Amino acid sequence: MGELLSNLYLGFGVALTLQNVMYCFIGVMLGTMIGVLPGIGPIATISMLLPATFVLPPVSALIMLAGIYYGASYGGSTTAILVNLPGEVSSVVTCLDGYQMARQGKAGKALGVAALGSFFAGSVATLLIAAFAPPLAELALKFGPADYFSLMVLGLIAAVVLAHGSLIKAIAMIILGLLVGLVGTDVNSGVARYSFGLPELIDGIGIGTIAMGTFGFSEIIRNLEQGEKREVFTKSISGLLPNWEDIKQCAWPVIRGTTLGAALGILPGGGPTLGSFSAYTLEKKMAKDPSRFGKGAIEGVAAPESANNAASQTSFIPLLTLGIPSNPVMALMIGAMIIHGIQPGPQIMTAKPDLFWGMIASMWVGNFLLVILNLPLIGMWVKLLTLEYRYLYPSILIFCCIGVYSINNASADVLMAALFGFIGYTFIKLEVEPAPLLLGFVLGPMMEENLRRALLLSRGDATVFFTRPISLSLLCVAAFLLVLVALPALKKKREEAFVEVAP
Amino acid sequence: MKIGHPKNFWGGVLFAVIGGAFALIAKGVPGLASLPGYSMGTPARMGPAFFPFWLGVILFGLGVMIAVGGLRHADAGEAGRFPKYHWKPILYILGAVVMFGLILKWTGMLIAGFLLVIVASIGNPEGYKMRNVVLLAAGLVTFCALVFVWGLKLPLPLCPPVEALQSSIPFCRG
Repeated sequence: MGELLSNLYLGFGVALTLQNVMYCFIGVMLGTMIGVLPGIGPIATISMLLPATFVLPPVSALIMLAGIYYGASYGGSTTAILVNLPGEVSSVVTCLDGYQMARQGKAGKALGVAALGSFFAGSVATLLIAAFAPPLAELALKFGPADYFSLMVLGLIAAVVLAHGSLIKAIAMIILGLLVGLVGTDVNSGVARYSFGLPELIDGIGIGTIAMGTFGFSEIIRNLEQGEKREVFTKSISGLLPNWEDIKQCAWPVIRGTTLGAALGILPGGGPTLGSFSAYTLEKKMAKDPSRFGKGAIEGVAAPESANNAASQTSFIPLLTLGIPSNPVMALMIGAMIIHGIQPGPQIMTAKPDLFWGMIASMWVGNFLLVILNLPLIGMWVKLLTLEYRYLYPSILIFCCIGVYSINNASADVLMAALFGFIGYTFIKLEVEPAPLLLGFVLGPMMEENLRRALLLSRGDATVFFTRPISLSLLCVAAFLLVLVALPALKKKREEAFVEVAP
Repeated sequence: MKIGHPKNFWGGVLFAVIGGAFALIAKGVPGLASLPGYSMGTPARMGPAFFPFWLGVILFGLGVMIAVGGLRHADAGEAGRFPKYHWKPILYILGAVVMFGLILKWTGMLIAGFLLVIVASIGNPEGYKMRNVVLLAAGLVTFCALVFVWGLKLPLPLCPPVEALQSSIPFCRG
């Protein structure tokens, strides 16, 4: 306990410097802004702004990028409530009751509950990270290469099992990601793989290039072909602060949402989306009168909003302790760390305690800033909602292009991003989620390296994965998960969890 | 034979082709000098071809499974139909990006960015007003120059790489 306090003290010492508070504020503000705007997600935003953090010291850069992430997942709820369009996937369920509340003239209350619930969830999740990260990181130091390999297998399997959509397509997408991650010079042999003699490919493909292509450009094309229809509730936003009655009604949903979200956030592939979907389903199941849901039930806003915020925070745990991303945004954070010369993994905590604890403490700071940004300044965000997409998308496009170019000062990256835009569009059209691609992409070289080391140590004996206890148990969990999803009964249940909330 | 679920079928074919290509390139094609392949090594000393080859094989297998599933699928009707591509936004948006990448080093960001916004706006299926688009483009280019080049000091060329321009217009130097 004393250690926890001294660690947090160290962290706040870093996070509360004027400079870092400022970058946290910039991050949260940009994140909220982007989250509010429909049609651009945190992945495209973070990769777009990655070059902008090059001039910053690593701690400030990561604090700002993290701020963008939870700012964006929070900002999405404003859009969900006022426009009935989810700014982010994680706020899809918030649309259901939030928008109904807005139509009944209770937009202010919905926004207020979402903000305060998120703040509570964020504070709890920050404490959870501070408490659980050190023991996990210590455990991770005992991991050998074989264990790491198995852990990544588990992570990837869990990511596809928990995601929705076709399982086999998601696995294929992950493998494609792993393969794309291998493009470029092999560190061991020096052979340039899959570079086709192009000098631009010798260093591999940048994560920003892929992210902006598959998530930025292809989304713009998708949005354009669908056209836009929205009805914004911009008038009469008042009564943001909930009264005693609302607090009593929301306290338990917020606590349940926080718990569920925090737990699901740690799991690979869990993240905010699964958190908010599950929290909504849970509330609906627990409600005395489930028919109220979908007609403006305040719990239907409070629980998923708390869950998605808790989850977006706890998803940092695997990143900070194991160096393994649990969702595409975390994959991007790893990319950012590497660009800033930080090798992600369990050694961060001991080697760079200021960075580790500073980032954790900054999450609480960021959540506090979010409340300030979202309650008094809500009018500003609402104005943003009236911005027309025809002016918005060329702006996104030029920021993306400048971003892609600036990562390596390479025009070739811009062309490559266009190619990935087309590939991403094709996959979306074929109903294959592009998100696992990014996860695989980051893990590809790591998996190869750990496989190589594990087999080198065991002299080519592949049974090493089954004889080491840690590795064996991780693989067993992975196999168990696969069997579980393949079972017809559970398969139905899994589909239900995602379908239930669909109107 | 009629394909029951064309969307899945072609998705599978796509995965299989990509997987097969990765595996083939890793292993090399005998008699084809441009595809010599990489060294496979042994499990104890994995060569550069080892991991990508097997991943490629797995991806090929998964692709075939998806494709066969799509082939055998009972007629899925509308849900399984091969998607319609909306070529107008695709060509204009991606075309604008490609153009930006190709001309940036020759024209600088001011011109490349301006044209990017114009071309991308023309691709809007709901139409556009040239006057607004030009205003938007000018505003965005100025904003980007101020924030990214002047503020954040990103090494982005603003003007064409012509000595006379660079020295006579201070704005170009960033």
